[in-house]
Amino acid sequence: MTVQDIKEILNAKVLAGADFLDREVHSACGSDMMSDVLAFVKDQSVLITGLCNPQAIRTAEMMDIVCLIFVRGKAPDENMLSMAEDRELVVLSTDMTMFTACGMLYDAGLRGGTSIG
Amino acid sequence: MGNIMTYHYAVSPDDFTRAGEASSNFKNVLKQLCVPPNIIRKVAIAMYEGEINMVIHANGGDITVEISSTGITMILKDVGPGIPDIDKAMQAGYSTAPDNIRTLGFGAGMGLPNMKKYTDEMTIETELGVGTTVTMVVYF
Repeated sequence: MTVQDIKEILNAKVLAGADFLDREVHSACGSDMMSDVLAFVKDQSVLITGLCNPQAIRTAEMMDIVCLIFVRGKAPDENMLSMAEDRELVVLSTDMTMFTACGMLYDAGLRGGTSIG
Repeated sequence: MGNIMTYHYAVSPDDFTRAGEASSNFKNVLKQLCVPPNIIRKVAIAMYEGEINMVIHANGGDITVEISSTGITMILKDVGPGIPDIDKAMQAGYSTAPDNIRTLGFGAGMGLPNMKKYTDEMTIETELGVGTTVTMVVYF
């Protein structure tokens, strides 16, 4: 699926990276704990989080994440959005909860792939 | 051969929102040098974890990175409190980070284990009340 598909499935707003909605994404992870994203995620291209601070953007950058989705209507500030634009990172925001957003994307065919160890 | 490029970064203390700037900057350097993406990712994650640790535990510090023909060496030096028990600190899930750090998305006790996991070599020199130097190498 593409980032555009995700936007539609989650009824999300595009907050940054509007030029990159045609990018393909293959797998996703959801976490508010960036430590765990850095430890357990492998080649995921989508990060779903309720953690709204600059470290969410930085973690996405280090992991080569293509699309960062804020759930529960979290609104990043201008500094964060400008960081995202500099990194060509797509930032979406949805009013859905983490559970619902992950479920909708899973239902549409997006998978995890996170494993421990 | 033998040609080493060196970069220095200062990690500012007590500003969690800026933690990661050095790693971000160095990741861009590696991209411009056309280093393979899998190497860049390992270095970026390990350095970022280390940088976060320096801000949380040690009032910042200095990072020196060296790129040689064989690999990338990261030296993270702080004058913080030192690590009382390295074996414990290396255990996944063991954390001494304050609770407010967990609300910021870190402090799960994964930092040092993760740094070891993503690098080929890691050594920790630490002395209580003096500081800690973590040296990590990722080979090409």
